[in-house]
Parts: sequence; structure tokens; C-alpha cells
Amino acid sequence: MGYPHPIHPKETPVLSTHFGAAAARTYQGWVERGGYAALKQALGMAPGDIVGVIKESGLRGRGGAGFPTGLKWSFMPKDDGKPHYLVCNADESEPGTFKDREIMRWTPHALIEGCAIAAYAIGAERTYIYIRGEFTEPLAIMRAAVEEAYANGALGANVFGTGTRIDMTLHRGAGAYICGEETGLMNSLEGKRGNPRIKPPFPAQAGVFGLPTTVNNVETLAAVPHIVSRGAAWYKGLCLGNEKSTGTKLFSVCGHIAKPGNYEVTMGTPMKDLLVEMCGGMRPGRTLKAVIPGGSSVPIQTAEEAMDTVLDYEGIVAKGSMLGSGGMIVMDDSADMVYQIWRLAKFYAHESCAQCTQCREGTAWTTKVLERILRGEGKPADLDLLLDLSENMTGKTICVLSDSCAAPVVSGIQKFRSEFDAYIQKTRQPALAGS
Amino acid sequence: MSTVPAADASHEPVFTGDRLARLEALFPAYPTKQACLLPALWMIQEARGWISQAAMAEAAEVLGLTPAYVKGVVTFYTMYHTHPVGRHFIQVCTTSPCGLCGAEDVLAAILSATGCGELGATSPDGRFTVQEVECLGACGFATPILIDEDFIEGVTPERVAGILEGYK
Repeated sequence: MGYPHPIHPKETPVLSTHFGAAAARTYQGWVERGGYAALKQALGMAPGDIVGVIKESGLRGRGGAGFPTGLKWSFMPKDDGKPHYLVCNADESEPGTFKDREIMRWTPHALIEGCAIAAYAIGAERTYIYIRGEFTEPLAIMRAAVEEAYANGALGANVFGTGTRIDMTLHRGAGAYICGEETGLMNSLEGKRGNPRIKPPFPAQAGVFGLPTTVNNVETLAAVPHIVSRGAAWYKGLCLGNEKSTGTKLFSVCGHIAKPGNYEVTMGTPMKDLLVEMCGGMRPGRTLKAVIPGGSSVPIQTAEEAMDTVLDYEGIVAKGSMLGSGGMIVMDDSADMVYQIWRLAKFYAHESCAQCTQCREGTAWTTKVLERILRGEGKPADLDLLLDLSENMTGKTICVLSDSCAAPVVSGIQKFRSEFDAYIQKTRQPALAGS
Repeated sequence: MSTVPAADASHEPVFTGDRLARLEALFPAYPTKQACLLPALWMIQEARGWISQAAMAEAAEVLGLTPAYVKGVVTFYTMYHTHPVGRHFIQVCTTSPCGLCGAEDVLAAILSATGCGELGATSPDGRFTVQEVECLGACGFATPILIDEDFIEGVTPERVAGILEGYK
């Protein structure tokens, strides 16, 4: 549901059915809503069969990359005699994205159940849920829920009397966007600076503590119990567009929109339906100018592109951007694109871990050049300079933070060039005070 | 304790009694003691309000690390304070989605109402320190702020005075 708004008829509530219902937070409340039946069912299945069901369902990672979840699980070594780990990435920090927060706030046991099933399927002796440090409320709710799950035998040495051991530990981050990158997260979990690691080795070979690890996003794991209990065919059937994009997706809609919130729709739903019908369209008297559809790290779409977009992995790529995390930042005609792109660049400059030169220097200089333009001191060559910088920041670093900074800059210059020119030609008043 | 610099000899150990027991209770959940560094640093900040060099050295000793290593970790993360801050620490999200919804006005109102005046400064009465924070992950509820451990959604300049009343 588009929490805090009621369910819209065009939504397909699966994960968000109980958003806003505090009673669903308790173990008892979750069981009354059908909770933990999927875990019980899963514990009666062979781990490989669960991986098969997830593969068959078409579920893909909801954190941003969209990698097929069942395939990722199948990369975990079998009978290698080593401890395995499941890491749940709850470091939701991608600007525009606030869906994992709601899953943890309202349905903590859905996440615990999904983690428990995944841990059993990949043979993980422990699950670490890494929650960003700023998420104080989700952390408190998750702590209480994990404690309750242990007390009720849903976690521990003998889960529901089956003899299976499933352990879970919550781990609090301390403020660093880069820890949402899975290898940065693993370093942070090990008590290190959250610098991303070079891949390979991939986590399934050498992950956290150097041992086989699967890292999954909160939304991905929360979908697992539904797929186990209702079947792969049901999930696969939730598809209005490309058959490679199945199930439902939570879109966090924010910025210049009448009804911001989390909306859960079937993959393949037109973006127009989401923005105009479900979210109530623009604020009075305003028109749509641009959308960043997948969290701040993806290219900006023009209003025309956005209104013609189908919401699935392939559909958004076809219209010049990416699905990413599903964090949708909406901008109306009052938005100053140069200022907004500068603010995003400033974010990436602040969050760069500074390991790679292209990122450390590139994000900082991108921000400075944009600042110069906003002060009315831009030079005609600055746009080429920004594009040149962006090219050197794309595909050349350990992780994609620097690519993420380049995406809005390049797409912004391509699609909204006249706004940059207006500052450079001094036909628009400076937005920032002079140096 | 040999690793404590002489200037911090007055450091009163953090990891004693119940607190040490709480830290040690975490050890079995991880294959290394080093993994308990972030939780240990949270415990220091909870107890003292900030993390001094002497406290870093103490955490290093308890976890079998070096003080320099611990400092490297502490300074990587924005939520750990390496200097004393006001009694209440306020973080205001001003990243793009909130910025579109007026977060900069909220920040200005908070800087003014607290008497802090500028980012990172502590108010003359020692009550508040205000900092800008990058994306608090509640973009649909602009503008979110974090006061100590309290996450407050939908803050507007008009609400600021009333909210601050609750933090003496």
C-alpha cells in the first residue's frame, strides 16, 4: 500500500499489505496474519528445492542491481565444510529510497522469516542484518522482533522442533552510504572502514570473514516467504511487461508529488499510472519536469520519457534510465536542474570512500565545477569538462559510486542543457553566492 | 593501561562491569573480536557522548587491535563524534529529495532556534549541536531529522520551536 495512504486499486499489495498496522509487528500478530507458515514449510523441503523455487519465480534483487536471486543463492558452495553466512543489506541510504525502512518498521517478522528461509536454503550458520545507524526506530523494532522470534522457536538451535539451527544477529552501521555496497558492507561488518573490495572474489567464494556469503536486500528477502507459500508460478504470473521482470516492486515516490509514499505495483505497470493515479499527480498548478526513477544513482528522465515508461527492469532501461532501488525522485517545473544535479554531486563527493582516485577527485571536482556554474562564474568549456570528468569516472573504479555521480551529470547535461547554458551565459541569476 | 596517551591518563575506563559483560556477550556471534568494534564504539558514545583518543585506545586493547587502527575506523563513519557535542545532537537531512521539499529552510530554522548559528557548532548553553546529514532514508516524509536517537518525520520550520521544547 502507498503508506501512509490507503491501498490504491491499481496497487498489488504483497509485502506492504500490513504497512501501518502496528499489530502485525509482534510475533503473535504476524502468526495471526499467516506468518511463519512459509518457514515451517521450507524446513520440510530440501535446501536445493527452495533455491529452485526462487529461481523459477524470477525474483531479482531489489537493492539496485536486479541480479536473479535464486541464481545468486545457487553460487554458494555445497558441502565445503566451511561456515556460510547470509547478510541482509538493510543499509538503505540511496537518496529517494525508503521502502526497506517501512518493511522493517511494520513487518519485521516478514524479514526475519525471509532471512531464515534463505539461511536454511544456502546453509548459512548465521544471518547478519546490517542496519544503517540512522535507522533508530527500525533497529529497535527489529531487535524486539528477533528476540521474540528466538523466544518462540522461530530462530535458535532447534527451529520449530526440526533440529535445524538458524541464528540471527543485528549489526548497526554508523553513518556511511558506501556501506550499502555489498563489499563495503562486509568490511564494515568485520569492524573495518567500509571500503569496497575488488571483485572477484565474489561473496559466494570469499565474502564476510573470507567465507562463502550471500548478500541480499531487505525487500528481496521479505518476498521469499510469499514465494515459498504461494508458489513460483504465482509470483511469475505477477507480470504486466517483460517476462524477465516478475513479482511486485515497492516504489518509494518522493519530491514534488501530491502523495509521497511507498506504492507496491506489479512489474510492468505504467509509470504514468503510478505518478498520476496512485500518487495523485503533481502539486496544484505544477507540471512534471523530470524523474529520477531508481534512486539518485540512475540517469534522469525527462517528463516525456517518464510518462512513456513501463515500470520493470527492461522498461526503464528502454526509456533512458534504470530501475535501481525503485526510489523515485519527482521534480516539477519549479525545480532548478543545475542546482539539483549539483546537490546530488555534493552527496557523492561527501560519500566517496576515497579509495579510488577517479572517484575521490572526480566527485569533488564535479561538485566544484557545478558550484562555479551556479555562482554565475561558469565558463563555456565547463560542460565539456564535466562530461570529460564523468567519462573518467565511469567503469574505472572498484565500485559504482563514481559512476552514480556521473549518471545524473551526463543525463542532466544531455537533457536539460539550456538550464546550464542560462547560468553560463548569465541570463539566469546565480543560485549560489559568489566566491 | 600502557596504550593510553599520558595526556589522557584521567580517562575513566568504559569497559568495566556490566558494559564489559555486554560487549563480551557479543563475541560468540562473530568469528573475530574485531567485528565487535562498531558495537564497542557505539557503547562508548552511549556512555560518554563522544569517543576520545583514550577511549579508542581502550577499545583497541579490549578487542586486540591498535589505537591507530581504531582511530582509522572511527573517523570513517559520520555518526561517531571525535569531539564533545551538545547535550542533544541534531541531524537534518538536506539531500535532494528533502531539498526539493524545503529542507534547507528547516535547517536554517533549526540553526537559528537552537542558537548554534552554524553547522557543527554547539549552542552557547551547551544544549545543541546541529549537523547536516546525507539522506536519512525517509524521503517520503520530508523533512526528517534525528535528535539523538529520536527520528522525527515531516519537520517544517513552523514545527521547530515546539519540537526543541522536548529537549532540555
